[in-house]
Amino acid sequence: MNATLAADPAPTGRRALHRRRTRRLLCLVTLLGALLLASAASLAYGAHPVPFDAVWQALVAPAGGEDDIIVRSLRVPRTVLGILAGLALGVGGALMQGHTRNPLADPGLLGVNQGAALGVVTAVVVFDVTALGSYIWFGFAGALVAAVLVFVLGTVRGGATPVTLALAGAAVSALLYGLISAIVLTDRQGMDTYRFWHVGSIAGRELAVAGQLAPFLIAGFVLALANTPGLNSLALGEDVSTALGRNVRRTRLLGIVAITLLVGAAVSACGPIAFVGLLVPHIARVLTGPDYRWLVPCAGLLGAVLVLLADVLGRLIAGDTLEVGILLAAVGAPGFIHLVRRRGLSKI
Amino acid sequence: MTTPRLQAEHVRLGYDERIVVDGLNLDVADESVTVIIGPNGCGKSTLLRGMGRLLRPRSGSVLLDGKRIDRLPTKDVAKAVGVLPQTPSAPAGLTVADLVARGRQPHQHWYRQWSSGDEEAVAHALSVTGMSAYADRAVDELSGGQRQRAWISMTLAQETSLLLLDEPITYLDLAHQVDVLDLVHRLHTERGTTVVMVLHDLNLAARYADTLVAMHDGAVVSRGTPDEVLTEDLLSDVFGLDAKVVSDPVAGTPLVLPISAHLRDEL
Repeated sequence: MNATLAADPAPTGRRALHRRRTRRLLCLVTLLGALLLASAASLAYGAHPVPFDAVWQALVAPAGGEDDIIVRSLRVPRTVLGILAGLALGVGGALMQGHTRNPLADPGLLGVNQGAALGVVTAVVVFDVTALGSYIWFGFAGALVAAVLVFVLGTVRGGATPVTLALAGAAVSALLYGLISAIVLTDRQGMDTYRFWHVGSIAGRELAVAGQLAPFLIAGFVLALANTPGLNSLALGEDVSTALGRNVRRTRLLGIVAITLLVGAAVSACGPIAFVGLLVPHIARVLTGPDYRWLVPCAGLLGAVLVLLADVLGRLIAGDTLEVGILLAAVGAPGFIHLVRRRGLSKI
Repeated sequence: MTTPRLQAEHVRLGYDERIVVDGLNLDVADESVTVIIGPNGCGKSTLLRGMGRLLRPRSGSVLLDGKRIDRLPTKDVAKAVGVLPQTPSAPAGLTVADLVARGRQPHQHWYRQWSSGDEEAVAHALSVTGMSAYADRAVDELSGGQRQRAWISMTLAQETSLLLLDEPITYLDLAHQVDVLDLVHRLHTERGTTVVMVLHDLNLAARYADTLVAMHDGAVVSRGTPDEVLTEDLLSDVFGLDAKVVSDPVAGTPLVLPISAHLRDEL
């Protein structure tokens, strides 16, 4: 150590901070570019390929031709929903892993997936709602109720800790799953809708679905970004976080609200799309390092790119029958195993 | 005499059913180094966590500038008091520069994440702990001594006038222990920082402390200069240690020489 406290002019620390910032900005810009390319691919490719100039034509000056109709009424809603769901699941997964400091935490940990599923099944069986645009509201409400229930059950004397929340989430999910099984076993139409929804798909939804959920998603994104400095301090432990002037309970609550809004909205519209929320934060962590102010936006963009690419790939392989949820499970599982074996799961 | 900035008044501290510290009073002398000593499990760390508002007292209160610390906005407290808990852990891949930068959080707002003042403070904190050269390295890949200095550096970047350090020299070899304590001493003499720390090494405690506080079973049993506190009687009563106390030939402070069982017969 130096002999006095007088500032040493050597700005090594300063340079290190600048270099990292440049690298992270580059990451963010590259991912934005990748998202643009994936969106273009999602608009152009499928059972009926549309050339890029015709896609552009359909977007800016549609003349009502076949290409225009396919792009505007099928592919635009699908692409927009894919971007929104991917962003939401990526951001939700990054927040969930950050709050639990558990690299295996999935955004469905709070029981949101099963809550949404029960909402959808209830809508179909009890209220005879069959239009997707209507039953997503039930799904969203189910997700919110499940998350609140998990939060209340997981809050013991000292407040909600990651461990009690995970336990409450597992218990509530199991209970809801039992209820869902009991309902769909006795109801044919409920079973069909549940199966269709549960696969995880961004196809066949109208643009209005994205519009319905947009306010909740935007609120979720804003809260998630506001949560990132708090997550950075929580990553050093609750004591250090408190010492740095953070209210740990408030930070946790903010994170849980953000996760619930994002994942609840995405899952109720698209079903529980597997692996995005689990896989994407790990890739983002490799790109940006463990700073959540960068990791969270990068995870969101990566999630959107991944969902779109998987959806396009499914369309190319099997026309329109291979849903994104199935493809992501098939590709995501080996990808995740590869990541774990190559890098190990880092302590977070 | 003016009221000290940091005081504990009749604090009762504990975890769940277990009360660790009961009815304790402590005035921390301003602009001086206070070292808390005591056997394992006597409540030293618990007291330090209570003083740093990491643990809320069951009853009684901790006062910062005469106001209850748990009622002050926690961010304002973080600008005045830095706390370094025992063995904190950093996420994998976090660089030293990023860790130290997080020490600036109390000074940041959502509308202003990073200022030149932050940058100045981080560069300075890295330089005084000799960690500038390690700024780009991952914290979890450093040696124990370097890691400890990185954490101290983070606490220094917080730029507080009070510092609470829980066993800051555990895991360090003797040379690095002296380095860290010299740094603490300089903070105190050159900047007037008030330091409270928990130490296990009684001889280093005696050398660096202006005030020694000896704890036993959750209570303060002795408080004063090292010469007043570190007596053979206290060592026997509080630590159950049979020892001889002589004058340290280097510093003139008390030096504790334990009388081990295999030597006892010969003395």
